[in-house]
Amino acid sequence: MNRHALPITLGAAAVALVACLPLLGDNYLLRLGTMGAMYCVLALSWNVIGGYAGYPSFATAAFFGLGAYTGAILQGQGVPMPVAWAVASVVAALFAAALGMLILHLKGHYFAIASLVVAEVLLEIATSWTSLTGGGMGLNLPIIRIPVDAQARLFFWSMLVFAALALLMNYAVKASRLGFGLQCIRQNEDASAMVGVDTTLYKVIGFTLSAVLVGGAGALYASWVFYIEPPDVFSVLTSVKPVVMALLGGAGTVLGPVIGAILFLAMEEIVWRNLLQVHAAALGIIIVILIFFLPNGLLGLIRQGDRKAAKAPSLSLRRKAT
Amino acid sequence: MSELLRITGLSRRFGGLTALDDVDMTLSPGEVVGLIGPNGAGKTTLVNVVTGVFAPSAGTVTFNGARIDGLKPHRIARLGLARTYQIVQPFPEMTVLQNVMAPATFAANAPDIAAAQGKAMEALEFVGLGDAAKARASELTLAGRKRLELAKSLAMDPKVLMLDEVNAGLNPAEIDVALDLIRQVAARGVTILIIEHLMKVVMNLCERIVVLHHGAKIAEGTTSDITRDRNVIEAYLGNRYARAEAERMGIAHV
Amino acid sequence: MLYLQILLNGLLLGGLYACIAVGFSLVWGVLNVINILHGSFVVLGSYIAYFAWFHLGLHPFFSVAIAGSALFALGYLVQKGLINRVMGAPVLTTLVLTFGLELLLNNSILLAFSADYRSVRLENPFGSVEVANLIVPLERLLAMILALGLTALLFVILSKSRIGRAIVAVRMDREAAALMGVNVPRIYAITFGLGAMMAGAAGSLLALVFPISPLNSTEFLGIAFVVCVLGGLGSVAGAMVGGLALGVIESFGALFIGPEHGLTIAFVLLILLLVFKPTGIMGRKGYE
Repeated sequence: MNRHALPITLGAAAVALVACLPLLGDNYLLRLGTMGAMYCVLALSWNVIGGYAGYPSFATAAFFGLGAYTGAILQGQGVPMPVAWAVASVVAALFAAALGMLILHLKGHYFAIASLVVAEVLLEIATSWTSLTGGGMGLNLPIIRIPVDAQARLFFWSMLVFAALALLMNYAVKASRLGFGLQCIRQNEDASAMVGVDTTLYKVIGFTLSAVLVGGAGALYASWVFYIEPPDVFSVLTSVKPVVMALLGGAGTVLGPVIGAILFLAMEEIVWRNLLQVHAAALGIIIVILIFFLPNGLLGLIRQGDRKAAKAPSLSLRRKAT
Repeated sequence: MSELLRITGLSRRFGGLTALDDVDMTLSPGEVVGLIGPNGAGKTTLVNVVTGVFAPSAGTVTFNGARIDGLKPHRIARLGLARTYQIVQPFPEMTVLQNVMAPATFAANAPDIAAAQGKAMEALEFVGLGDAAKARASELTLAGRKRLELAKSLAMDPKVLMLDEVNAGLNPAEIDVALDLIRQVAARGVTILIIEHLMKVVMNLCERIVVLHHGAKIAEGTTSDITRDRNVIEAYLGNRYARAEAERMGIAHV
Repeated sequence: MLYLQILLNGLLLGGLYACIAVGFSLVWGVLNVINILHGSFVVLGSYIAYFAWFHLGLHPFFSVAIAGSALFALGYLVQKGLINRVMGAPVLTTLVLTFGLELLLNNSILLAFSADYRSVRLENPFGSVEVANLIVPLERLLAMILALGLTALLFVILSKSRIGRAIVAVRMDREAAALMGVNVPRIYAITFGLGAMMAGAAGSLLALVFPISPLNSTEFLGIAFVVCVLGGLGSVAGAMVGGLALGVIESFGALFIGPEHGLTIAFVLLILLLVFKPTGIMGRKGYE
């Protein structure tokens, strides 16, 4: 019955975007749009390992910062921007694969901590390795010789491409054996192995997928803001925000992270601009409210209304056949 | 080689505790064998070692002529060794049908979703859960979840099926249904190992019974051999009772 | 001689680390909750000691009791009012919840006391003595002894008192404890309160050693993490061994690699331990 959900949503999104086009002359909106697209990339990527497989990953900042530095360093060497972004994606993915093989045998809190601490260690390395990264002084990127307006549009559309790729990746994962296997792992890992799921391989693939576009987005971010420093790109908040966004919209669903990312951005803009002094506290309150009143995210709330909720997961599987 | 599964000198230690001690055992194609022993005898450990959850500390497991000890659980599952859990392990948020599609997809390697669905539906019909296919697994009763476990392992196209206490927690009427199902599975040619600590369950199903006690094999034979085996009676009921029983039987014989 | 001095410094620091970590370890072990608030609890304890000294002239050693009681009350209320509502939820939920509370609490501390570093400057410090060419700062030595003493006190509470036995019972088997008449949510609240109490006490003692600022909370949290992984989870003895070990490792790390990398060394150690020896140096199981 929900067979047409995908084309309809994508169509609606496309129409909305085109409708927004005239507005895009405004640089503030462009900045917001770029930020929103970036949040979508982060939340959708986290969703693969955190939402489908249920592994509480806080490694997003590590992948993001690694991508940012890879892109920045390559661009500093004269590598063209798109190539730098692509290489940053690959580097983040390889890093995630290696890291995943080391820490994905940990469960629950232990995995969460190990993944969280990785970004801290990378931050220290980036701060200390002055000859490569500029250390605590940060790193400036080469100036692009096109008008400021054109730059803003370029980065917006590029980030939007990454967001679209992240969305497609989520659809592809959810509709594949991989997604089915990851959902089995979330619900009972031992039983998954017993019904033939190669749990280690699937988890490593899921973790790698959760990194690849984040690395690219990090590099794109570096190009966009022209200057990066370790505490900025390796910030703990970069790991936590995507989790909050995914939970806000509904983790383990395809569109949940997108809805969550957009809502989060809206709240951030409203709250942050008006309450600069207490923006961390405001974020804290949002998180607390979210946990108590929206434990399954907005999509979960909508599904609860629909008492045939049990059928919801089966939709994704039936979609597989089409 | 006529055996389908051969276990040789299998041991498993956890720290200082020896859960399995030098166990030898074979399963021939089409056999229904019982594995019994008091609580804590090492029955579930044996299943866990054979299915790859734990690596053996010593010994070998050969399936269809090939060594499988030390392989990962999913590889062993894909070879056709299925098991059910003593404590049922459904995927709670999925429907009953999806639960059974998982083994059909991964272990039996169904080519596409339709094939997996077909195979899953067939297994569900077989165990009598066809009507519950759309329900959530967490909504099933205990008896229903036990049947779901059986359907899951059947959807793997198993050559060997290890049933770990499938009857625990069921009432007598439910047990009768379960026993009937197991007979039907056996009739399809699946080799079955029934793990039980209740002797009476295995008595009317199995041609051959293996008894574990403190991790070691203490007896093996037909149903009537086993019920008369002094070691077995001792293991189950303690020394005093065994002696009394022997005396009583001795008197009866006189 | 230098090495002995550094070993001594490490042990002095490690005693305080043990005190920081033991409450965190208790909450993690019994409630299976990672309390991200813990670092801010420590900071709050430091501020209580600071203001007690500033306004009342109270030595931080005496503020331990005040900070401990105040933080116990705060912890009890946080657990009873908020965290108890999501105790059955997946790991991610409690983790994100305490993170949100941490943002709120830390931001509040920042607003109330500003980010400026403050420190307790005693009028008559005890000074230090020299024993066999080793310089022993007496204030630090006493702080360490008090810290270890408080940690030992927690151990006694857990093993001897009725409440303590109930906590241990809940840790071992929640359902069985509930069946035996233990009020599990109340025990959760008390356990969380005790964890916060230890954080507050540790904070008071730390006021003598470290400058005080809300920005320190992350570092204290990091220390608590590493000590737990080093010593093994949920045991008082593990926290003591882990704390002392971390103190010594950090002191030598500062000597050989540089003082600014202390926490990094600890984090690298944490990852290596999780990857290769996820049972802690005490060999306790429970990481997977």
